[in-house]
Amino acid sequence: MTSVQTKLYSDDASLVVVLIDVNPYFWATAASGVGGGVNHSSATIPFAKFLNSMIAFLNSLTLLNQSNQVVLIATGINSCGYIYDSGTKGSEGSGKVMEVSSEILRRLEEFVDRDKKLGKLQGMAVGSNVSSLVSGSLSLALCYIQRVFRSGAIHPQPRILCLQASPDGPEQYVAIMNAIFSAQRSMVPIDSCVVGMQNSAFLQQASYITGGVYLKPPQLDGLFEYLASVFATDLQSRNFLHLPKPAGVDFRASCFCHKKTIDMGYVCSVCLSIFCKHHKKCSTCGSEFNHVPQNPNSASNLKS
Amino acid sequence: MQTSGPNRDRSINLSGSFFGLLIWRHLDCSGCFSFSREALLRLDRPKERLFSSPVRLRPARRKHRIRLLFPDESALQYPKPEAFCNSIPTWEMASINIAAKYKISLKEPGIAGVLRMAEERFTFTPHDPRSDPKFDGPFRGVKAHKFSKDGSKQALLNIQLHEGGAYIFDFESFSERNVCRDFVGRVLAKLQSVAPAKVDKAVPNKTAPSVSGEQLSAMEMERRMKLLREDSELQKLHKQFVMTGILTESEFWATRKNLLDDAVHNLTKQRTGFKSSMLADIRPSIDGRSNKVHFNLTAEIIDQIFAEKPAVHRAFLEFVPNKMSAKDFWKKYCEADLLHKTKNVVAAAAEAAEDEELAMFLKRDDILANEVRQKIKRVDPTLDMEADQADDYLHLPGHGILHGGRKDTSDAENELSRRTLSQDLNRHAAVVLEGRTLDVESGDIMAVAEAHVMSKKGSSIETSDKSENQERQEKACRMTELEDLQGPRRLPYASLCIKDPRDYFDSQQANALNSLGDNGVGFTSIDNSLSLEESYTYLIKQISEAKVKGHIDIVEPDVALKVLDGLNNHLSSTKHHIVKNPLVSVLDRLPVAIKDELMDHWTLIQELLRHFWSSYPITTGYLYNKVLRIKEAMAQIYHKLQEIKESVHSDCRHLVFLLVQPMLQALDAAFAQYEADDQKRSAKGAKPNGFFKQG
Repeated sequence: MTSVQTKLYSDDASLVVVLIDVNPYFWATAASGVGGGVNHSSATIPFAKFLNSMIAFLNSLTLLNQSNQVVLIATGINSCGYIYDSGTKGSEGSGKVMEVSSEILRRLEEFVDRDKKLGKLQGMAVGSNVSSLVSGSLSLALCYIQRVFRSGAIHPQPRILCLQASPDGPEQYVAIMNAIFSAQRSMVPIDSCVVGMQNSAFLQQASYITGGVYLKPPQLDGLFEYLASVFATDLQSRNFLHLPKPAGVDFRASCFCHKKTIDMGYVCSVCLSIFCKHHKKCSTCGSEFNHVPQNPNSASNLKS
Repeated sequence: MQTSGPNRDRSINLSGSFFGLLIWRHLDCSGCFSFSREALLRLDRPKERLFSSPVRLRPARRKHRIRLLFPDESALQYPKPEAFCNSIPTWEMASINIAAKYKISLKEPGIAGVLRMAEERFTFTPHDPRSDPKFDGPFRGVKAHKFSKDGSKQALLNIQLHEGGAYIFDFESFSERNVCRDFVGRVLAKLQSVAPAKVDKAVPNKTAPSVSGEQLSAMEMERRMKLLREDSELQKLHKQFVMTGILTESEFWATRKNLLDDAVHNLTKQRTGFKSSMLADIRPSIDGRSNKVHFNLTAEIIDQIFAEKPAVHRAFLEFVPNKMSAKDFWKKYCEADLLHKTKNVVAAAAEAAEDEELAMFLKRDDILANEVRQKIKRVDPTLDMEADQADDYLHLPGHGILHGGRKDTSDAENELSRRTLSQDLNRHAAVVLEGRTLDVESGDIMAVAEAHVMSKKGSSIETSDKSENQERQEKACRMTELEDLQGPRRLPYASLCIKDPRDYFDSQQANALNSLGDNGVGFTSIDNSLSLEESYTYLIKQISEAKVKGHIDIVEPDVALKVLDGLNNHLSSTKHHIVKNPLVSVLDRLPVAIKDELMDHWTLIQELLRHFWSSYPITTGYLYNKVLRIKEAMAQIYHKLQEIKESVHSDCRHLVFLLVQPMLQALDAAFAQYEADDQKRSAKGAKPNGFFKQG
């Protein structure tokens, strides 16, 4: 085990953890949309093209610096899993591009199979659990980064790139926010590139809080170009570059009771849980709230 | 420097203490007068001089005479306390506390207590809290007052009430009675002059708050002034609202009570600690002619001696009232000290053999020795003693500090007076750091000695040996442990009480999912016609397609150009207002003038809204008027905001719009509330408490 003192702090060795959204519903629907009208080609992107751009991007990341490391994590709707880690075969040369590519695709196939089986095993009501488990993959990424921090000779500059396609799952709000805050605490920026139809409020917040880049590319067929020109820059060079900034961030939160995204709500004064309507008791910490005092005037009005 | 003995004079430092309120204990009678500082300043001296340095109010002994001593050594003299009281302008009337007896009828002996007279009311508090007639009456109910003639049998004051009945007070002396009598007379005169004027006022609503605002004591006023001086933003608000009459003085300050309280709190907190100079400077003064040696001990020095030398303190408690007088005790102490200082070991030993009390001071202080032993136990076992071995300043004798201890430690066999400089230094430092827990203002040595006992009891309870020992061991363990053998230490934290973590993480989700299904929130965009099976098949198909296709068509020149153009355009369009730091607020992108204006408006709106919402529900006419005033002020600001919005240059129009919008919304909400309330009010007509809507 290497002690902290002997670790090599390097500002140009990056550790990039890429999370890709493997949500079958989204990709299949998007594809059918593409089939329906030709004009949609810039708004959506077929999964195959998405994969190819992503793999090319991963390869270019490893080309940028010898000590760069790339980890790929897939986000399914029933599970998340590690797909690829460029660090594990560092000694025998990072391999040919084609090898890397085929390995990623093979592992991805396995992952999709597993995810499918898991879904059947759990017997979830079909059509209910449709959002990707972003919170899970974020946690996996953070755990991986922590492991790298604690072992290995090089202390790299870590960052997370979240390639999200499907819309946010409001039910994961608490989990995602917790992941975001732990990323902030360990100073890991979360970059987000949304290839779906709508902006992601969660990822906007994630990038805003952790100081990462949020981008929703308008031209999805040029996804690789976006990835290469915006998300390939390491943390050191970001100080000198103008990177795209979103005009505004959607700071809305999900309520804890119905997981709806709300503009205004009630907040527990003890544990700061958020509710969309008034409760007698906080469901999180059990604190009892005082009853809202009725205005005596209005009460008398009702009578008269 | 002149130091005063404990009993010599009871002058009280006027500046600072008691927030400028002087309480002076009359020496001959047990009552006390209090005058506000402002009142004293109104005498006939220039203000600045009085403010800048302390004024002494020194009662001359056995005479009813007050002398005010000013820093320039001039003095004002009042032959009688009444004369002093009368010299205070009547509008600045202070309160008086005087011992008196309350009598239900003339023949009765009466109940002893304190009569307190203030501007508006007089109260009587009996000394015995159990006895009954404790009362509190406003002067408004007083019809007249009568008194017995000077030089008659009793010094009486009879206060007669409008409703009939009277209070009779018996004073100890005529001079005291006269002070009270004159006070009552002045108050009654003032009330009578005010009373008819009050009847004339048609709208009591308006005048009432302003009157109460002016009745503030001078120090309250001063505190407010100080706050305003210190906080320019507050001052601006004050100017905007109070000066223009939108808010009254009292309304303005009502929301800032905490500020005022803080100011009071800060004033009382500070207390002077021990001097940092060593005790050794009780230097005897020797006059050349006789063989006498004079020591000058003050209460403060005695206090310090008690604190630094617990054995002396113990001896004092043991001997003083019974065995010897305080004077003898200190004489002995000084003798011992002198012997010690002159290092006359032989003489000291001889004296000690003769006089056991004297020996007491020369012996080693066993209480201290015990404490030192305990302290050594508490020393961090990992302390590196060698670290400062090279700094051999310890060998330099004396360091130029006046010190009575022995410098040569060679004759260690001599049990007496084996105090070293470092011991004394350490002890002194410890005492200074511990701080003073009591005031020596009282000047009474016995009281000081008792207080030391109390403070020691308090501190000794805490240091229970057992826990200390354990703590020490834990510390040693912590220091000697090998870090890599231990797991990471957990930081102490108070964990959040979560009723049921599973509920928090899991079941809520299931709950949410059900409701999601109901609402159809979430995947509205996704066509549910595709089954899960089909979707997965599509994914697998796409993956295999990706395998086949490879990276042939990844970069298409025209798309790449489009992307670059798009990114560049996006960047250059946002570059103008995005400064390097992404956290720079929108405000900083605006011109300074506009920014300041907006900020000003925002603070004004906040203040107004706070007052507006706190006035609801409207129950009194006063609140109604207040809301009306505030609503008008808000309407003015609303118009101003609209003007800003329209007049601003097109560059930052959007930003200004973003900033102004929430302000306008907040104001709109207030207006809506006002309208709703107004309608309700007009629908209802008269309020239940008899208040009628005006206009």
